[in-house]
Amino acid sequence: MKIRLTNVVKEFQTFRAVHGVSLDIESGELVALLGPSGSGKTTILRMVAGLEYADGGAIYFGEENATDIPVRERGVGFVFQHYALFPHMTVGENIAFGMKVSKVKRSPEAIAKRVAELLDLVQLGGLKDRFPGQISGGQRQRVALARALAVDPRVLLLDEPFGALDANVRRDLRRWLRKIHDELGITTLFVTHDQEEALDLADRVVILNKGKIVQEGTPETVCRNPADAFVMNFLGDANRLDADIRGGKAYVDGVAFEAGGVADGGGQILFRPADVTWHEEGQGIAAKIVRVIDRPDSRRVLALTGSGQPVEFDTAPEFPYGKGEEGFLDIRRPRAYPAA
Amino acid sequence: MRRRVLPGLPLALGITLVYVAIIVVLPLAALVFKAASLGPEDYWRIVSSDRAFASYRVTVLCALAATVFNLVFGLSLAWVLVRYRFPGRRLVDALVDLPFALPTAVAGIALTTLFATNGWFGGPLSLLGIKVAYTPLGIIVAMSFTSIPFIVRTVQPVLEELDPALEEAGQTLGASDLSIFTGVILPLLAPALLAGVSLSFSRSLGEFGAIIFIAGNQPFSTEITALLAFIRLEEYDYPASAAIASVMLLTAFVMLAVTNFMQARALRYTARG
Repeated sequence: MKIRLTNVVKEFQTFRAVHGVSLDIESGELVALLGPSGSGKTTILRMVAGLEYADGGAIYFGEENATDIPVRERGVGFVFQHYALFPHMTVGENIAFGMKVSKVKRSPEAIAKRVAELLDLVQLGGLKDRFPGQISGGQRQRVALARALAVDPRVLLLDEPFGALDANVRRDLRRWLRKIHDELGITTLFVTHDQEEALDLADRVVILNKGKIVQEGTPETVCRNPADAFVMNFLGDANRLDADIRGGKAYVDGVAFEAGGVADGGGQILFRPADVTWHEEGQGIAAKIVRVIDRPDSRRVLALTGSGQPVEFDTAPEFPYGKGEEGFLDIRRPRAYPAA
Repeated sequence: MRRRVLPGLPLALGITLVYVAIIVVLPLAALVFKAASLGPEDYWRIVSSDRAFASYRVTVLCALAATVFNLVFGLSLAWVLVRYRFPGRRLVDALVDLPFALPTAVAGIALTTLFATNGWFGGPLSLLGIKVAYTPLGIIVAMSFTSIPFIVRTVQPVLEELDPALEEAGQTLGASDLSIFTGVILPLLAPALLAGVSLSFSRSLGEFGAIIFIAGNQPFSTEITALLAFIRLEEYDYPASAAIASVMLLTAFVMLAVTNFMQARALRYTARG
């Protein structure tokens, strides 16, 4: 089922949560809504589900205008951040709930058969008679997914589905969700504030800030060509140096960087900590090491440039220099943007 | 002895046990002792007399009716207080505790004045042929008034803690409001409702001050058990009074046991296994 949002607006009492968002999600696509808290990503998801009404714009499911269809008739599967399993029902009863209350009458045998299938799908065969309080967080989230899938939704929506879980459980569940999605081919939209999760899981990433889409594209597009300084910063660690832009070049402490397409005036360059090489002498921005932090696979160096701006970069574990030593920063793949 | 981090166990436990013994157990023991001074035959004759039986009947039936009324109305009141924001909400919330704070005799007199045939409510009602004061209906009104806070105050915190996502999950699964209420909300409120119902019912069984003003106190029709015990006391027939009181005590114990059992059943999903 293709989903189309046209200029959707949501206002809460005093502030505007979503300012005119338009978005197309192809049938069978797995799309991530990525943004910091307060960026409106959950509100957009809840509007697609029908748990919030849009104050403007329209939401289409295929060719059908779904904007005013109430949530219970919209045919969406929704997975909540904190699972929202019914605590007084067993795992099996939770999964069966949607089928039991449905207008489409199913025989108890048909329901039991479907519950068994779904438990197999989420690999929880033996837990049918447990209560949600008796299983782990990762298991609960898989039950929540099975429950959402039980009603054969047209669209699957997940709100920070792995937000409440441990890091290693998250990674496993992420890969597993991708596999389920590939098996079922259901159009899926999920919300996350974790860029790693979005890049790992999604076909396409939609990055939001302050209720607007700032960039959308494949993980490769957004990683290689961040549209602005916000995206660059949000997707990972980034260094920022003030720069003067003149004639397509950005100048930092007298060193010139490529800055095609950025207007003359105040600017900034951003670059990743991995894209810096330290030289004792030669070209680059003069800097002095302030501190070295050891990590299992690298050393993180904190330095100050000649003009007093901090820079962090990663080096091999064998990096021999320490606090107080002076040298030059050779920066690769810098991206120039107008001053914020 | 094992070392404990939290100090004061012997002192705190000692004081608490002495307190419980003096304030709670001693009077109850005296009651049982007094009732036991009757022979089994006398005891049975007193507690199974027609007049005593009539009083049990009116007390239990009225308490049941009052509790059912409070169950419905108290749940709605708690629901409104928790789920909606409206001007005066805090005032209504504070008013809920009023029956606790008001001397029950004052409540009884106020209710009687309102519901007497020349009162604000009693007048219009009597035109419809409904008599409240000096009938079992009056007893029910007085019982409901004094015990409504129990239901509201036990259900309210549970309702506040209820995750709205549970209802939203029900909606996304296609459930109607009624299915969500009966299938999700009500079972989760059941333990609190049970606690509230049992407190409300016990309080109604034992209520005295508010009822005697409005009930009319006619033996065999509007005389409650607590009043009968009081009448025996006035007649200096202490053993008979204690015998009737012991029936009420026993009822209270049975009520508590049944409610605890039902609560444990309703909460069995919280057991870890």
